[in-house]
Amino acid sequence: MGYLLEVKNLTKRFGGLVAVNNVSLGVNAGEVVGLLGDNGAGKSTLIKMISGVYKPDGGKIFFQGREVNIENPMDALSMGIETIYQDLALAENLNVYSNIFLGREKLKKILGLIKVLDHDYMMQESEKVLKRLDIQIPSLKNKIRMLSGGQRQAVAISRSIYWDAKFLIMDEPTAALGIAEQKKVLDLVNLLKSQGIGIIIISHQLHDVFSVADRLVIMRRGVKVAERITKETNPDEVVGLIVGAETVEQT
Amino acid sequence: MILENSEISGRIDLQKKIEAVAKYWSLIFIALLMIIFSFTGKGFLSLSNFQNIVHLSTVFLLLAGAETFVIITGGIDLSIGFIMGFSSVFSAKIIQVMYSGGASEMVSIVVGSISGLILSLIPGIVNGILIAKYRVPPFIATLGMWGITNGITLKICQGFPISSLPPKLVEIGNSYLLYIMPHKAMSFFRIPPGVADENIRNLIRIFPSSLFFSITVLTILWHLLKNTKFGQHTYAIGGNMDAAIRAGINVKRHLIYIYTLSAFLSGLAGVFNVFQTGIGNFTPYNAMYELFAIAAVVIGGASLMGGKGSIIGSILGVLLLKILENGLQISGIEPFYRFIAVGIILIIAVIIDQLFPDLF
Amino acid sequence: MQSLPLNKRMLIFVGKYWALMFLILETILFSFLSHGFLTLRGIQIIFFFGTAIFLLGTAETFVIITGGIDLSVGFIMGFASIVSAKIIVALANSGVSPAWSISIGVVLTMLIGLIPGYINGLLVARLRVPPFIATFSMLAVTHGVSELLIQGVPAKNLPYLANAIGNGYFIYIIPGKVVSFFNKPTASFRGETLLEIIPNVVVFSFILIGIFGFILKRTKFGQHTYAIGGNVDAAIRAGINVKRHLTLIYVISSFFATSAGIIYMLKYVTGKADAGAGFLLDSIVAVVIGGASLYGGKGTVGGTILGCLILAVLETGLRIMGVSTFDKYIAVGVILIFAVLIDQFFPELIHKGD
Repeated sequence: MGYLLEVKNLTKRFGGLVAVNNVSLGVNAGEVVGLLGDNGAGKSTLIKMISGVYKPDGGKIFFQGREVNIENPMDALSMGIETIYQDLALAENLNVYSNIFLGREKLKKILGLIKVLDHDYMMQESEKVLKRLDIQIPSLKNKIRMLSGGQRQAVAISRSIYWDAKFLIMDEPTAALGIAEQKKVLDLVNLLKSQGIGIIIISHQLHDVFSVADRLVIMRRGVKVAERITKETNPDEVVGLIVGAETVEQT
Repeated sequence: MILENSEISGRIDLQKKIEAVAKYWSLIFIALLMIIFSFTGKGFLSLSNFQNIVHLSTVFLLLAGAETFVIITGGIDLSIGFIMGFSSVFSAKIIQVMYSGGASEMVSIVVGSISGLILSLIPGIVNGILIAKYRVPPFIATLGMWGITNGITLKICQGFPISSLPPKLVEIGNSYLLYIMPHKAMSFFRIPPGVADENIRNLIRIFPSSLFFSITVLTILWHLLKNTKFGQHTYAIGGNMDAAIRAGINVKRHLIYIYTLSAFLSGLAGVFNVFQTGIGNFTPYNAMYELFAIAAVVIGGASLMGGKGSIIGSILGVLLLKILENGLQISGIEPFYRFIAVGIILIIAVIIDQLFPDLF
Repeated sequence: MQSLPLNKRMLIFVGKYWALMFLILETILFSFLSHGFLTLRGIQIIFFFGTAIFLLGTAETFVIITGGIDLSVGFIMGFASIVSAKIIVALANSGVSPAWSISIGVVLTMLIGLIPGYINGLLVARLRVPPFIATFSMLAVTHGVSELLIQGVPAKNLPYLANAIGNGYFIYIIPGKVVSFFNKPTASFRGETLLEIIPNVVVFSFILIGIFGFILKRTKFGQHTYAIGGNVDAAIRAGINVKRHLTLIYVISSFFATSAGIIYMLKYVTGKADAGAGFLLDSIVAVVIGGASLYGGKGTVGGTILGCLILAVLETGLRIMGVSTFDKYIAVGVILIFAVLIDQFFPELIHKGD
């Protein structure tokens, strides 16, 4: 079987700077790929091309075996490619289910003609998805402002799962969390993986990546420098690849 | 290859030229206005008219100076117009009471002015405390202070300007540094003795003392903002509040100083207003002094997001608006066009700022 | 929620309902202090004089929830009062019947009145001009255009029908005898007690406010308005067309300001450039008292109406008492700061469980 998502020779330039240079990688359904690299290595630019924020200057993206043209974030979303950004993009002044349905609100008609928000439906559906992901939040009517960092992360993930994410990109999902919450989020990633979703994780926390990722892709200065099966490598080697130590050894 | 390079450098040159125009657009605009008005308005391009423009700008220069500091910190002060009215009415009231109670002109003027200035600090301190310590948004805190100072002012004066003040006030406020009677006499600060009333039209007045006053105040403000730690911290707070806190700047205290300074300058404008007009004026409900001061500051290159702005820019902003007003008036154009022109210029200023974010 | 101790629950209650309690206390106080305050007539006066601030407050509610501000509403109101008066007088003078002149004048003005809002919206949403500056410029422009239209003389010679609508009542009752809508009972009942219930302008205003309150509370449009104020990035990434939405918000604001201007024209049978100038700050204050935050994301039409009522009761009460309205400014300033301080100190309490 081919990859769920595959990019071939993706390139992105900003003026004279080549932020991503000829990068290819693939992710299978039910597989977690860790994308690693130092600041400025091009990780964020790469995933922003997949999620439609940037338009690539060269290369191709294949999704579910077909070449796709992702012009903007809505294109990616409609294909089932969801991105969870570091800042989560939740409206803190709205409650949990309103955020899950943000932009895609369920409406009902009253008096046969006026369309209004269907709060009950959105609440019930949100409960279902939270249950499926084994997430506990005291009340779905609580505003996001009242939730902890881990709970917010869980809401953001539920939101993408509810909208039928087939592929999930997570940017630093554990960065702002406490230890216990980090573990919960990683458990959630494993659960999603078992449900057949392909995932790319960007993280600086090597320990986290090693505990969930099946494969690791390492980037440096816009170029993919290595790809490793997680079980066949170790943090020391990976750190060496990230900072470029082994090129020093070679010379 | 060589051709390509020269093409690129040509483009960079053009870019630089455009940026230069954008950076000094207010200056260029002022120059354009002056050229146009010198054709359309009789007497626009004369010494006495320019001195008139500067004289009438004094109050706005002070208010814009106040607003510059506040806006650079990312705040806004809507109370300045009413603090100005407050200090104007309060100091006039004291002068009036002392003068009618038999105190000498000079004593009542000095005591009244100083007490007006001191009292104008209070609303500023309260603004600062509300904003810095209790995190009330500046818009709201100063809007509340607008209501409070306006109410108190109106209670003091009962809705009428305070008059019967010593004549010396206007004499000082409208005096000139130098008076020249061509071929006859010349004197400093006072109209030369022996100039008869019918000859007074030929008297040449040079350098109004109001100009001297605003140059002094604005130079101090310019120095404070540009060359001191206080000024640096003001920019730092507006640029990135968190960074300023982490760098060890006492942000709360600094913000209290900023709003107090703003109120003090407004108070100074109020006291000056007494000297200029000879009465204690309350600020009418919809005079919108604060909005025009804010407009001038924004035209001068400041951003309401904070971190940007300068005293020179704000001075240019005030002069632009005042020259526009004066020129349209002298050209016999209906005053209503003034409002429209102000609105459009303001939008131009902000759009230029949006297009060239890294200029100022 | 039930498990919280009693004193905390009381604090939540105070934090959440202080504005309502303030309004009740204020009303009780004035009903003792000023004669004729708490009567049918007194209450109707509050609403009658309050229409402008109710409408401008609703306009400002939409804008403030998105994190913006609209300084131009007061002068758009004046502009609309002049435009409508001019059109109606011109039509009436050219022989069109008063009813048709007024209808056509109102409809045309409603359309023309959307223009300043549309420009505000374009400036804010497309050209990224800060709302404060964009709408201040629009204030200056509408002020100038209004003055040009009337050349310093208030518009006059409107048909009598305008006055009849603007100062008429919805229901007239002569107890035990006659009930009539919109029109006073005929002259044969002269000398009897005539009850006039609900001024027409209040009916018009509250129909509009009701519709838009509903839109804000119950529809997708309302939900997106809150989302934009809460987190613009989240709204954009959720696929909301933020630029179009913001443009619409300023158009709605302008729509309410225009309505206020038309109602002013009907009430005072004239059009004036500064008809709404004094209401701008009151309307912003009312929105903030009503629980909105200038940082956006919060606020309701109901809260705003409560805020407007607090100000309207204060003003009417002081006026009936014969106290100088100078005190009103001080009171408004203090209430405003008080409102925000409460919001600062009880943020969690107030928002828990709504």
